[in-house]
Amino acid sequence: MSTVERDKAKAGSNGNGKPYKVIGTRPIRHDGVDKVTGRAKYGADIHPTGLIYGVVLRSPHAHAKIKSIDVSKALALPGVRAVVTHKDLREPGDRILELGEGAVNLRELSNNVLAADKVLYKGHAVAAIAADTIHIAEEAAGLIKVDYEILPSVLDVEAAMNSGAPLLHANLFTDELGQKATQPSNVAKHFRFETGEIEKGFAKAKLVIEREFRTATVHQGYIEPHNATALWNADGHITVWTSTQGAFSVRQQVAELVDVPISHVKVIPMEIGGGFGGKIRVYLEPVAAILSKRTGRPVKVLMNRADVFEGTGPTPGSYIRVKLGVDAQGMITAGQAYMAYEAGGYPGSPIGAGAMCIFACYNIPNGRIDGYDVVVNKPQTSAYRAPGATNAAFALETVVDEICTQLKLDPLEFRLKNAAREGTRRVDGPVFPRVGMIESVEAIQSSEHWKTPLTGKNRGRGVASGFWFNCGLKSAVSATVNPDGNVSLVEGSTDIGGSRTGIAMQLAETLGIAAEDVIPTVGDTDSVGYNDITGGSRVTFATGYAAYEAARDIQRQMVGRAAQLWEVDPSQVTCEQGSFIGPEGKKFTFKELAALVNKTGEPVVGRGSVDPEGCGGAFATHVVDVEVDPETGKVQILRYTASQDVGTAIHPSYVEGQIQGGAVQGIGWGLNEEYFYDAQGTMKNATFLDYRIPTCYDLPFIDTIIVEVPNPGHPYGVRGVGEVPIIPPPAALANAIAQAVGVRMTQLPMSPPRVLHEILAKKS
Amino acid sequence: MAKKRIVSTTINGRQVELLCEPRQTLLEVLRDTLDLTGTKEGCSNGNCGACTVLMNGRPVVSCLVLAVEAEGATLETIEGVAPVDGLDPVQQAFLENAALQCGICTPGFIMSTKALLNENPDPTEHDVRFYLSGNLCRCTGYDKIVRAVLDSAQKRKKAVAAK
Repeated sequence: MSTVERDKAKAGSNGNGKPYKVIGTRPIRHDGVDKVTGRAKYGADIHPTGLIYGVVLRSPHAHAKIKSIDVSKALALPGVRAVVTHKDLREPGDRILELGEGAVNLRELSNNVLAADKVLYKGHAVAAIAADTIHIAEEAAGLIKVDYEILPSVLDVEAAMNSGAPLLHANLFTDELGQKATQPSNVAKHFRFETGEIEKGFAKAKLVIEREFRTATVHQGYIEPHNATALWNADGHITVWTSTQGAFSVRQQVAELVDVPISHVKVIPMEIGGGFGGKIRVYLEPVAAILSKRTGRPVKVLMNRADVFEGTGPTPGSYIRVKLGVDAQGMITAGQAYMAYEAGGYPGSPIGAGAMCIFACYNIPNGRIDGYDVVVNKPQTSAYRAPGATNAAFALETVVDEICTQLKLDPLEFRLKNAAREGTRRVDGPVFPRVGMIESVEAIQSSEHWKTPLTGKNRGRGVASGFWFNCGLKSAVSATVNPDGNVSLVEGSTDIGGSRTGIAMQLAETLGIAAEDVIPTVGDTDSVGYNDITGGSRVTFATGYAAYEAARDIQRQMVGRAAQLWEVDPSQVTCEQGSFIGPEGKKFTFKELAALVNKTGEPVVGRGSVDPEGCGGAFATHVVDVEVDPETGKVQILRYTASQDVGTAIHPSYVEGQIQGGAVQGIGWGLNEEYFYDAQGTMKNATFLDYRIPTCYDLPFIDTIIVEVPNPGHPYGVRGVGEVPIIPPPAALANAIAQAVGVRMTQLPMSPPRVLHEILAKKS
Repeated sequence: MAKKRIVSTTINGRQVELLCEPRQTLLEVLRDTLDLTGTKEGCSNGNCGACTVLMNGRPVVSCLVLAVEAEGATLETIEGVAPVDGLDPVQQAFLENAALQCGICTPGFIMSTKALLNENPDPTEHDVRFYLSGNLCRCTGYDKIVRAVLDSAQKRKKAVAAK
């Protein structure tokens, strides 16, 4: 079940004063037939003539020095064509490259792609082989002799912060509130956000609760493993076919790591089988490129599932301490958080975003947040859907719930009273424009779910909210008017969940034509203007904005053409509902004029190029009913409803899909998912059997309530949608478990053994 | 390396003879030898269902079947699902219900759905969730997939009644 709560008048006032014709409808996606017939080409499906195969050799140790690498036996195996190591990459130095959803240090990126002198986690890439078949390449990998000096490893964020912990980097000195420390440590950075006076704030409180939380390392879990195919041509130009969230970002990273000019790399984005933030940084693309350079053949390199778990992603495990004070009226007086996130082998966890999000749903008059970015012997962390925010919300929203329970406050009323609204200042500084936190809570309050009492033993209901910034960044599209009145749209945002249709619909709405009359294509880096990554919930907002601009450009040109044909001044021609109206009843439909375009002058090509501010933050509130089995600790979800302010829903089905998918990833994070390591730092569950993501049998239908508070920063009021729905679920589940069986879970995942342990501890 | 073998099999209604190494999986041969890349590889160890094909009418994960085991078998892959002039009702239902986002798991889900509806033309929501629990999807939260499968069953019944 889903409902769209749309204020027609408000929605209309964003556009031309009339209700939308295309926006808010549910056309079949343009790439749909290809994807249900198996014809869509994903990264692994590409097969250029002369293709050979690459395999990456990975470290069996969590922390070791590489003393030597002997590749002679591997090279001697018949069918092997090349072996490469870190030496074959360029040493790019300590420069910072912005990837759109986090930045990387190029030296560290290069070392992560192929380790130089040290491996920092089990699964760290060490060498790569190209051979005639994948089986020969795998055999050859086993013949490479790497001499390691094994070092003690540290896998846990708290242990890594201890002064005696094994050091990952001898030259890492903490950036301590802007000052460089004098002794090396695993803490890359400590920063602080502050507002008001924290001590005075807590002094005013009637109730202060402080709790500690721990969350496990989890993976994005896209079903398609990473892949890259590259051809290094004799003219020094490189073509890369890959599944990525950002073709232009791959182009830049490859150019930097293999040392060619950026325009010598052409990245052809294939269809992508899920990313969630994990397919932004490069892993295989530079390796495939240098293997191709060495062999003169196109080389395809694929990861298997264990490589994906051990060598990519994940999102950080964390330690968080939260202290919240509330006065007698139930108003928050002060909030304080200590947050330490695992970065993996190199600095760069999403601690910054986590710290900015932790209190963002509320008005916090006095606040302090201390954030720590900590390296550990685990894979380098990557963005994962609202990176950093889910860990934070689990901690904060659990404390909020405990306060509500102790003060006997309704949790939704508490949220309404304290909600962030237009003018609220976040602890880290920014002041909110018009946002929909209140509306997302009210939508749950008036939902059928909330109004239906939950009965039965060991059952409980929990709520939680979440905030994500969203982002704008750069997008460019071009659109050509065809003689049949259809418009070909070339955009550069790789489409992970139906976005090309959402973008095409905004072009169609603006031109007054049907969604089906737009033919969208995701172009390669030589065919379309620069586009930042697909991430940060930005594509429907920013690339949609570019499509709107391209449509306006087309309209201007077609108005000019109509004026020329009618021999009138362009100011006498107007656009109305897809038609062009001139003086004395003159009129062309879009199709009529399109048919004349190429016969009467230059082609009509629209261009949209944007870098918009005003992306508009997203708020979500979720409610879940659970039943806990007191014998096993297993948590069964009985009912789930998610509400979210989406600005304007362009294609409601895909908005619902984002909310449902995000919610279920959050459920997996909350209840099951976890990297298990042994004492040597080896992941013990690097398969989908043992790293258990939710199946359809674990879940009910996920009900969604789409709330539309139009974003003033977008011509159709769009806000980003994709990320915020992952944030509330773990906290909502923890709060439901507390109501069901009276135990407060402070560690993720809330798997049966952990829940049972708490139930038994409470009994004794 | 063991010598290559000739395997005779029927794929999507056509007789196919192919050459493969004994160590090659059916998935690898479908994708790399026969260019039937609609069958996807997600995990290579039978846990995700993306490579599901029908072998003698039964759903199998082709990453756990050796190509030589296909000798004499009848196989159906995603490429064989649609009739020449359109789409199968299951494919149509997936489109109309927006039951895919990235789409990498979709071929596997459609093959499992075909198998389910062959066994049980009128499944309940519970039947669907139980039968499809071997197919993983990370994008959709399964809501729209389950609805699409239930809708497929209705579409199929109508199609049968119309004939």
